[in-house]
This record gives sequence, C-alpha cells and structure tokens, in this order.
Amino acid sequence: MVHYAATRLVSLALSLIAASLVIFAVVEVIPGDPAAYMLGLNASPEAVEALRRDLGLTGGLVERYLSWAGGMLRGDFGTSYTYRVPVAELVVQRLGVSLPLALYALALSTLIALPIGMLAAARRGRAVDYGIMGVTQLGIAVPNFWFAMLLVVLLAITWQVFPAGGFPGWDAGVGPALRALTLPAVALALPQASILARVMRSALIDTLGQDYIRTARAKGLSEGQAIRNHGVRNALIPVLTIIGLQFSFLLAGAIIIEKVFFLPGLGLLIFQGITQRDLVVVESVVMLLVFAVIVVTFLVDLAYAAVDPRLRHGR
Amino acid sequence: MIALEGVSVGIGGAPILRDVSLALEAGRILGLVGESGSGKSMTALSVIRLLPQGAALGGRVLLEGRELTALSERQMCAVRGAEVGMIFQEPMTALNPVQCIGDQVAETLLVHGAAGRSEAASIARERLGRVGLSPDRFPLGRYPHELSGGQRQRVCIALAVALRPKLLIADEPTTALDVTTQAQILSLIRELVREEGMACLFITHDLAVVAEMADEVAVMKAGEVVEHGATAGLLREMRHPYTRALFEASRHRPERAVRETGTPLLEVREAVRDYPLRRSRLFGPRPSFRAVDGVSLTLARGESLGLVGESGCGKSTLTRAILGLEALQGGEIRLDGAEVAPGMPAELRRRMQVVFQDPYGSFNPRHRVGRILSEPFHLTGRPEDAEARIAEVLRDVGLRAEDAEKFPHEFSGGQRQRIAIARALITRPELIVLDEAVSALDVSIRAQILDLLADLQARFGLSYLFISHDLTVVRAITDRVLVMRAGKIVEAGPTEAVFSAPEHAYTRELLAAAPVLPAA
Repeated sequence: MVHYAATRLVSLALSLIAASLVIFAVVEVIPGDPAAYMLGLNASPEAVEALRRDLGLTGGLVERYLSWAGGMLRGDFGTSYTYRVPVAELVVQRLGVSLPLALYALALSTLIALPIGMLAAARRGRAVDYGIMGVTQLGIAVPNFWFAMLLVVLLAITWQVFPAGGFPGWDAGVGPALRALTLPAVALALPQASILARVMRSALIDTLGQDYIRTARAKGLSEGQAIRNHGVRNALIPVLTIIGLQFSFLLAGAIIIEKVFFLPGLGLLIFQGITQRDLVVVESVVMLLVFAVIVVTFLVDLAYAAVDPRLRHGR
Repeated sequence: MIALEGVSVGIGGAPILRDVSLALEAGRILGLVGESGSGKSMTALSVIRLLPQGAALGGRVLLEGRELTALSERQMCAVRGAEVGMIFQEPMTALNPVQCIGDQVAETLLVHGAAGRSEAASIARERLGRVGLSPDRFPLGRYPHELSGGQRQRVCIALAVALRPKLLIADEPTTALDVTTQAQILSLIRELVREEGMACLFITHDLAVVAEMADEVAVMKAGEVVEHGATAGLLREMRHPYTRALFEASRHRPERAVRETGTPLLEVREAVRDYPLRRSRLFGPRPSFRAVDGVSLTLARGESLGLVGESGCGKSTLTRAILGLEALQGGEIRLDGAEVAPGMPAELRRRMQVVFQDPYGSFNPRHRVGRILSEPFHLTGRPEDAEARIAEVLRDVGLRAEDAEKFPHEFSGGQRQRIAIARALITRPELIVLDEAVSALDVSIRAQILDLLADLQARFGLSYLFISHDLTVVRAITDRVLVMRAGKIVEAGPTEAVFSAPEHAYTRELLAAAPVLPAA
C-alpha cells in the first residue's frame, strides 16, 4: 500500500512539472509580446516595458520559468493586471465559493445517483428500471442552466424558499451561505447524477453476471443481499473514475451556473481573465486547476486501492 | 434423504430436462455424468432453484420429506447454504475478489443467523482448517488473488459446508484444476461426505473421475437419465449404448501410422525465457522470473511430441517462444535449420502453425469462415486459387466447402475446432503446435478430433507438438513425451515407456494422481 501510494505521489509530482512546462510554453509561444498583447495596440513603449518588468518577462527562458514556478511554490502567483491585487488573494476568494459549490454538488450527485443506480440494476428490465433510464436520459440531455432557471422560477420566485442569486460570503454565517449555494448545487448535480446513476447501473449489472454472485446466492443470500454485499464494491471502480472526472469539471466548469446565480466563482474569474487579456490570472488559475485535477486523480487512485485489494499489491 | 421426482425444466417451451428422478442418501456420492448440454448442471440448479430467468420447473424435489419445489423464494434462501451447499467449476472467479476469505466463509453463517460476528469468524477459521487451509499459513485476512486455484476451491468448499448441509452439490469442481490438485480436492470431498454424513451430488464429464468418486452413477443424455446404478456394476455392464459410447470415447486411441523419418525439424537448444518482475524498491535492481530454464528438445519430421506439465510449469511460455512470438534470453530455436525469433521471415512462419484450446475466442465473430481461413495468406500472398484452397482444407477437416459462407457462431464446439485446424493447414505447414487443442471438448468430439489429427498427419506428413495437461490424450496421440516442471524438462522418452515405467518422481506423482478408468 505504501509502495503504491509512493509511486502515485511520484507520478503526481512529475505530472505537475510537465503541466507547468506546458502552460509556461503556451504563454511563451503566443505570437508577439505578452505585455504588448495585454496592453493593446495603442500602448506606449514605456508602458509596455514597465509591464514586461512587472510580468517578469525580462531575462532568459530558464530563469523566467524558475522564477515563475518558484514564486508559485512560495504562494506568490504574481499580480493581476486588471484587478491590481495579488492573484493569490483573488484565487483564494473565488475558491471560497467554487470549492464548497463543487463539493456540495458532488455530494448531492453521489447521494442521488448511487441508490438510484442500484435500484435500477436490481430491477433491471422492469418498469422501475425503464423509468429511471428515461429520467436520467432526460437529465443528461437537458442543459444545467435550464434546470437552474426552472429552480429559480419555482423555488426563488414562486415559493421564495431560496435566494435567486448572489452570495453573502461566509462572514454572513454558514446557514445563509449554504442557502445561497443550494440552488446552483442542485442545478449542477442533476446532470452529473444522471450520468453517475447510469454508470452505477451498468457497472452493477456487469458484476451480477459474475460467478461470485452465483456463489453468494448458493450461500443463501437473496438477490438484494448479493448485490449489496458483493456487487456494489466490485462496481465501484468505474463509479470512482467518473466521480473524479466530475469533481474536476465542477470546480471550473460551473461558469454558466455562476453567471445565472451571480456567484463570484473561479469560472467567472478565468473567463474575465481571458476576455481582459490578463495573462497573469489565466496562467495562475489554469495551473491551480491542473493542480486540483492531479490531486483529485491521486485521491481517486488511493480510493481504488482501498476498494480493490489487488491494486494494493501492485498488480 | 433427497429425492428428485419427475423433475423437468423448459426454457421458452424448449425442454431442457425431461422427467429426471434421482435419490441421494446421506454419506454417499451420486455421480452425474454426461456431455455438455446433457442437463447435468440444470439438474443441480433445479435442486437449489437457481435456474436462469424464464425457466419453468416441473416435478418435485424433496429434502427429508420437505418439498423444496413448493417453497417461496424467501424460504428457499434459508435452505440454500444451510441445508444444501454448492461448489462450482471455476474457482478462479467463484470468490469475490475484493473480500477476504474469512469474511466470505463467515458470511454463510451470518446470513443464516447461525452465529454472531466473532463466533462466525472462529467457525470460519475452523472450517478453513478442515479443508486444509491452516490458519497459521492462511489467515482469514487473505484475499482470493493471493491463493492458487486449488486453494480457492478449498475456500469454496469451506463456505459451502460451513453450516454442515445435508446435501453438497459439486458441479465439475476439479475440471479447471491440475491433476495433482484434482486428486487432493477429490479426496477432500470424499472425506467430508463420509465424516459429516452429507449426501453429495457430484457432476462431471469425466468417467474416470466418477469411477473413483461415486457410489452410484447416473448417466445423462439430452436432458434425460439414460442409465442409473451402483458405480462398479454400471461400469461393468454398461447396458445403455450411450454409456458404452461415452466409455469407448474416453479411452479412444486413434489408429496411427508411424512414419518417422528421423531428420530433425524443430530444434530447441538450452532455451531460457525470463520475465521481469516488479522492482521491490523504487530504484533497486529489477528482479526476474525464469519461466523456461534451459530447455532442449528435438522434434523429427512426421513425429508427434507431447509436452505435459501442470499450470505454471512454463509450457505456454515455451510454446510462445517456439512460435517465434517472444524472444529468448538464452539458447536458440531452429526450424529446419533457420532461426526462430520474433522478427523471422513470413515464409518461416508459414511452415509452423498453431491451434489453441478455445477456437471461438480466436475467431473474429463478424468474419465469415472463408475470410477466417484466408487470414494466414498474408504470410504467403493470396494465391490465385484461394477459393479452391479454402474449399479443399474445409473438406480435409471433414466440413463442406459451402461452410465457408457461414459465421463461427453457426458451428458447434467440435466443428469450430475443425475450422481452427483448417486455418492452420491452409498454409501447408510442416509443424502444427496443438496447445490444449482438445481440452475443452466433450469426450466423443475429442475422439473424432484425435482421429482427424491422426489422419491429417498420415496424409500430409505433419509433425505435431502436442501440449496438454491431460495425460490420457497425450498417451493416445504422441510418439514421444516430455514432462515439464518449474521451467525444466524432468523426463523425456518414448510415450509408452514413460507412462508404463516413469523414472522421475514427479512423473510418477502425475501418473498416480490421474484418475483411471477401470478396464472394460
């Protein structure tokens, strides 16, 4: 197990270095001078030169990479050109919204999807299964912003249970903050839950044809017991993979939902960074997202090993 | 004690079992023999009522006077595992890979409410010890992948007998195991039945196994019991022609015209094949496993050479090297003087073809037989008369030229093996490697394929390298035999001499473990 975790950690570190090189290279190969690009056509040469110094664009390639990467290691992500504040500060603020939102949506999606997927597998080929398959098909096909608008109309305007948008900040207390995140989290969770439920269903159905399920039945377990005690854990590997992918998506991919609910999240930050040519912000946030994805992948790998003893012994 | 009265099973109107009546007594073993599709497993599954969906069950199954066929599904769950235990053919997949063996045995006790958690664990430890997995060498926390096939089958037996059931159903429990392991598992089942006073329904396709195991035998054919009686008497008299046919096929030896020329065709000298293992430390040296360890052999033109050994002895690795699919780490392999290695010329590959155990797995199910057979032409370039060649090999293997238009799923297992042989023949090779080529076939089909192989050898002067774990078959078709163990050849010699007077201790062990049919 330790060996397994150690090799995963090494590959995690290598992926991070590779990603930082790619991101650095992409900013380098953008045609022309990043500083000139950010300031637009009419900038004075003095202003461009000043920005070049600010951005750390002076000096050799290796030197610049090391100072950029070294800065990130110390928590110094540079200063946003448009906001005129350290990027680290911006990102921490935005993460305060995006991270809880992603976790909230992921928890909802998992809690909805796994029981539904199990139910559909246990009743496969019967009315309940067809019903669940139909509803999840709809959940995948309908875009999440449409759910969002529907939720706002019903729960925020007609019944006024939840706020229609905005975020009071965590200073206002956990209750109001969570209330503000509930509708966006539900809107994000529904399509994800639909996908996850289908994955759970088909993974479980695959395990149901296995010999060990027959052994369990011959021991005297009912079909439901056999599914719960033996099917579910064997079906978890594909489900964990999808959960990992969904978290990465939810962290930065919530931009439309952030827009619908006026939430100051990471998605909007990176979108504004791109439209305002704020390369410092884009570079840092992309690196952060890569870091998040890699860490989540590492956690998923550990979860695989927790579920399947064969992986612990490195086979 | 257990009685089946007029049991019938139909699926979608097609009858699978017809009027099966059997009786089992405590402490005795009833052997149920027959070929695949004869309804042996269906009979077992109708006793524990785990038939496939849509199957209609008729007749009565009585367990000590209680009618199992009248119980609800919930009541049946209380019977399964507690009063009737069952073990299956595939020990490799019969256990849950993500649960430790102790929990899997204890579950039988827990699910029937027979013991609390800690008590169940201690009973599991005792039962695992009883089946030969002593707790100090095999703690309860072991996982199935850490055990061999024979050990896994012992776990399956432990969980089937954990509650000391009245009936133990064993469905081909040793078919997937090596002969020496098979002998151990068979004697374990026999002991358990005697000691615990269980009745045992023992299902097998192997008459020799049944002759050793069973007190009584029932022979099944096409869903019916055709003959039934005490083992010794039944095998002596064999009143039903089908029983006699099965018996004959089991010991069938094809007529072989030996035409050895003595000139060597295949020569293997000091072959060594290493597999790299995982590093134990991150930057430590990479350990390796020597699967083939200095093997030398010679196969003459027109000769049949047998290679026997148990799983893991290196025979498959050696086969892949001989076929030029993997490179050696030492020694050399030559076919008619030319070196065999992964990059060898197509013309050399043409002269050496292979037939595997499971032809269906090696056919693309969406290709017609004609296309499957013409595949090896990539070695030679497609000849002008390809169609005629395909028709010719199909006739050579006893099929019809029209069969080229069909798909693999339209054939039976025996016919598919004929197609596989035809595919090997089409390049007009000199050597055919037969890797467990008849191991998955029913005895009657196996006898036909052995005849076919003997006939093709005589007509085309082929050489065979016949790899198998089945000693009877090797004895029937080879001139010389090599016994392989742990990567080395431990004994070599003319087949009859090796079988009648084995010199190496391991050969003697193998022969002693193999069940034998009593002389007719």
